[in-house]
Amino acid sequence: MDPFGIALTTLVLFVSFGFMVGVLFGFFGMGGSFLVTPALLVMGYPARVAVGSGMAFVFGTAVIATLKHHDLGQVDYKLGGLMIAGTTAGIEVGSLLVYRLEELGLASGVIGVTYVLLLGAIGSFVTRNALTNDGGGTSGSGPHDGADDEIDPDDIPDIAKEIQSYRIPPMLTIAGGIQVSLWMVLGVAFATGLLSGFLGVGGGFIRMPALFYLIGVPVPVAVGTDLFEIVFSGGFGAFTYGLNGGVDLSIVAPLLAGSALGARIGSAATNIVNEDDIKIYFGLMLLGGSVAVAFQQAGDYFGIEAFNTVGFALIVLSAFAVGGAVIYSTVATMRAQTSVYTTAVD
Amino acid sequence: MIDLAAYSSAVQAAALVGAVLLEAIVLHVGYGALERVATPLVDRITHA
Repeated sequence: MDPFGIALTTLVLFVSFGFMVGVLFGFFGMGGSFLVTPALLVMGYPARVAVGSGMAFVFGTAVIATLKHHDLGQVDYKLGGLMIAGTTAGIEVGSLLVYRLEELGLASGVIGVTYVLLLGAIGSFVTRNALTNDGGGTSGSGPHDGADDEIDPDDIPDIAKEIQSYRIPPMLTIAGGIQVSLWMVLGVAFATGLLSGFLGVGGGFIRMPALFYLIGVPVPVAVGTDLFEIVFSGGFGAFTYGLNGGVDLSIVAPLLAGSALGARIGSAATNIVNEDDIKIYFGLMLLGGSVAVAFQQAGDYFGIEAFNTVGFALIVLSAFAVGGAVIYSTVATMRAQTSVYTTAVD
Repeated sequence: MIDLAAYSSAVQAAALVGAVLLEAIVLHVGYGALERVATPLVDRITHA
C-alpha cells in the first residue's frame, strides 16, 4: 500500500522522525536541517531534493512552532525583524568569504574545522554556563517571562549587561523591557549571519544563544524570536529550491504531520522546563553534534564512508537522547506541579 | 484540477511554499483543537 506515493513504512518513519525533530525544533529553535537533510541523504534521495525538502520542512515546522510561541507571548517581532535585516547582510558577507576561500582551495577544510569547533565551543560554553548559573538561573521551574514581561536583572548574563551598557542612539526597548542600542542588535545579527553564511547552515544554534548571552533576551523569547526568523529564511530557501524542483511534497507532508505535534510539545515545554535545564540540553545537543560532524568531516576528507555513517548515527542518537530528556523533564515538572496543587487543595 | 506544470517555475515554487504554509496552519489549528479537547480529559483523569 502506497498512500501519498510512498510506502506505508516510510510514511510511519517520516511521521515519527518528524515528531522527534519537531520537539527539538520547538524547544531549541534549531535542529531541522541539521537532522532532516542528512537523514534524507542517507535514505538515498538526491542532494537537491534532500536539501530543498529539508528547507521546506524547516519552514513549515518553524511556522507551527512560532505560532505556538506567539500564543505563549514568546516572540519579539521588532527584534525578529531587526535580526532578519542584520542576518541577511551577514549571510551575504559570509558567502563572499566562502567564495574567496574556494579560490584559495581552502574552503572545505576551513569551513569543516570551524563548524566542528564552533559547535563544540558553543555547546561547552552553554553547558558550563548553565551549570555555574550565569544568568537565567534564578527562574526555577514554572511559567517563564513572556516578551512583554520585565526581566529580573539577575537573569541577564554579564556579557549582555556589558553590551546593553553601550548606549549608542537610537535605543530600543525589546523583550523583557531591555534597553539596547539598535546598532548592538544589528551588530549581533550581522555576526550571527556572517557565521551562518560562512558555514552554510540555518544558524539556529548560533542565534538562540546569541540572543540570550549577547542581547540578554529571556531564553523562551530567544527561542520564539529565532523561530520567527527561521520562518523567513526557511521560506526563502524552500522557494529557491522549489524553482529547480528540489522540494518533494510527498516527503515534506508526512514529516510535517509529525513535527506539527512535536513542535507544539517542544514549544510548550519551554514554558514548563527550568531555563538552566533548557541550556544544559541545548549544550549537550551541540556537543553531540560537534562529535558527529567531526566524524562526517573526517569521512569526507579521508574518503571513509563508514565515518559518515557513524557521524549520522551519532547525530540521530544524540537527538533522540536529548528529545527524550526534554519530554521526560517536561512530564516530571508537570507531575511535581500537580503534586503541589493536590497537596495545596488537600 | 489546476495544472501547475503549465505555469512558470516561480509560480510553481510559490505554490509549493503556499501548500506547505497551508498544511502547517491546518495542522496547528487541528492539533490545537485536539489539545483543547484532550487537556480537560487528562486533567480529570490525573486529578481523579
